[in-house]
Amino acid sequence: MTRANRFWSTLAALAALPGLAVPAAADEDVVIDIIGGNEGATPIAVVPFQARDGAAPETGIAEIISADLARSGRFEVLPEQDLVARPSRSEDVAFATWRALGVDHLVLGEISPAEAERYTVRYELLDAYQEARMDGRRYQATTQDLRTLAHTLSDRVYKQITGRPGPFTRQIAYIAVDQGEQDAESGSRQYRLVVADADGHRPQTILTSEEPLLSPAWSPDRKRLAYVSFEGGHSEVYVQHVRTGERERVASFRGINSAPAWSPDGEQLAVTLSRDGAANIHLIDVASGEVRPITEHWAIDTEAAWGPDGAWLYFTSDRGGGPQIYRTRPEGDGTERVTYEGGYNARPSLGPNGERMAMVHRQDGAYYIAVQDLETEAIRIISDGPADESPSFAPNGEMVLYAVGGEAGERLAVASVIGNAISPLRATEQQGTQIREPDW
Amino acid sequence: MRTIDTFPSATGRRIRLLGAAAGLVLLTGCASLTGGQDGTDAGTGGETEGSEVATGETDTSGGAEAEGLSEAAQERARAQGLDPDDPLDAAVLEDPDSPLATQRIHFGFDTSAIREEYIPVLEAHGTFLAEHPQEQLTIEGHTDERGSREYNLALGERRAESVEQMLLANGAQPEQLEIVSFGEEKPLIDASNEQAWAENRRAELVYEE
Repeated sequence: MTRANRFWSTLAALAALPGLAVPAAADEDVVIDIIGGNEGATPIAVVPFQARDGAAPETGIAEIISADLARSGRFEVLPEQDLVARPSRSEDVAFATWRALGVDHLVLGEISPAEAERYTVRYELLDAYQEARMDGRRYQATTQDLRTLAHTLSDRVYKQITGRPGPFTRQIAYIAVDQGEQDAESGSRQYRLVVADADGHRPQTILTSEEPLLSPAWSPDRKRLAYVSFEGGHSEVYVQHVRTGERERVASFRGINSAPAWSPDGEQLAVTLSRDGAANIHLIDVASGEVRPITEHWAIDTEAAWGPDGAWLYFTSDRGGGPQIYRTRPEGDGTERVTYEGGYNARPSLGPNGERMAMVHRQDGAYYIAVQDLETEAIRIISDGPADESPSFAPNGEMVLYAVGGEAGERLAVASVIGNAISPLRATEQQGTQIREPDW
Repeated sequence: MRTIDTFPSATGRRIRLLGAAAGLVLLTGCASLTGGQDGTDAGTGGETEGSEVATGETDTSGGAEAEGLSEAAQERARAQGLDPDDPLDAAVLEDPDSPLATQRIHFGFDTSAIREEYIPVLEAHGTFLAEHPQEQLTIEGHTDERGSREYNLALGERRAESVEQMLLANGAQPEQLEIVSFGEEKPLIDASNEQAWAENRRAELVYEE
């Protein structure tokens, strides 16, 4: 992974386009670096949507779609400066020209004002070889909804071409840490639980604390977040309704209360408790609060992650010396070791079909995100290191969102499981804010 | 706040303003020690926020002066973050080389084994706790930033437990001790290098005020 193609420098590049105004605020920058070649990536051109009748919303729809598709690793997006023409309707497309550029598919569209501060957005997906329309839609959206609409179009393109659902409309959660300027001396910090779009835009803080927060986990119905808070002086597990802010403390025993993981049916939370001595995996019935131990081992057992069908609970344990990943039945029997390669494998995250597992993997003293094929046990490092952690699979299993650590500060990145794309999510947090612990 | 009934010949109010104020600092996110200095911590020795609090809020007008310590000596003590009214601090004031002055125990990479150099320290604290059964101690476990946060939270607890075992073996009673792990969440030094990591892998002995 040495070659770095900077496809897009900043959103400001779009400002040169007629009819499209783009915010120039520095904290709105989205930088997409595609590191390494993407063999097998589908070449695609996304033409900036033509603004009709004076429509000038401050959202670059094509820019958002391009970034989404590039981040997936499944697409090679034609750099904007290489666009030979800017058609907005399929009947205006000279397919042979695009084929000559090596483009397989084209996304294009128009945006025009509708009544009541809404816009009509027309989109088409074309196959340059078949010279055919693969998809076409018309939407109405308010200015605030245009970003969501762009991600919806990304999902449609992704689904049409790869046959798999796109992950771009699903929000992410993460922990942001602000170091107050005046408080730099005393080390005072502010921790925030944040919900944002999949590209890091439109962050909304749903909880602020002076004490550390970690391990946010979306409930399967996407209405609640479980997380760990130190506000009580030690680790405790809370569940918070994202919309209402209403929250409940679900684990506050003596010792560690941490690492919440929702069962696929949303009825149970796997958590780590050390109330009986060593850290062990327990199940909490969310409705009744009833607690049941799953692992009962003197070693550290933590970081539970459910397999997609709920048949297995994966977890980190150092029962064999260093941390490795094991799995057990939620009934607590049939425990088996899952990882063997390397001396440090931790924080499992399972893909949606249970074929693959992402984890933190140490090699030569550096920490990477690796993906293990659960059938063949083959593992592949998908991140750059040396201080990567907290992997979280995209809902379609084709990307992994994770936290990048180290001297440059903590931030998020997305690595594709197929292909070799690694894209930082620079999002819209302030300069100097540390971003960590993502969940997609 | 609590009353100290074993301190010899002190009269009048025995209010640990330093302790109370420092406790507040602790609550707002700075897990620093309030008493004593750790000679091994070149980068952070002095714990300046403790002394700032002390100079700002120390109240000696009530006559809480310790016998045998001049006012100037007390002033110096408070500037170091030590309170002559506190039995532990008094022991440290009496003997600056006392192992009780060390309240921060460092660990090697990926281990919760107590290093040999800290054995006398933990023996002294265990004995002190045995001799002062009203003293309450919280043992904080911390790790460096490397690796997974949740796993580090469990590792931090294991370090605190190693310390707890040593204290119990030296006479401390289980009800005097409490354990809390912060994992990698409260580093002493916010940097990513070997020196910072070594400083951050630690257990802190925090006596209740």
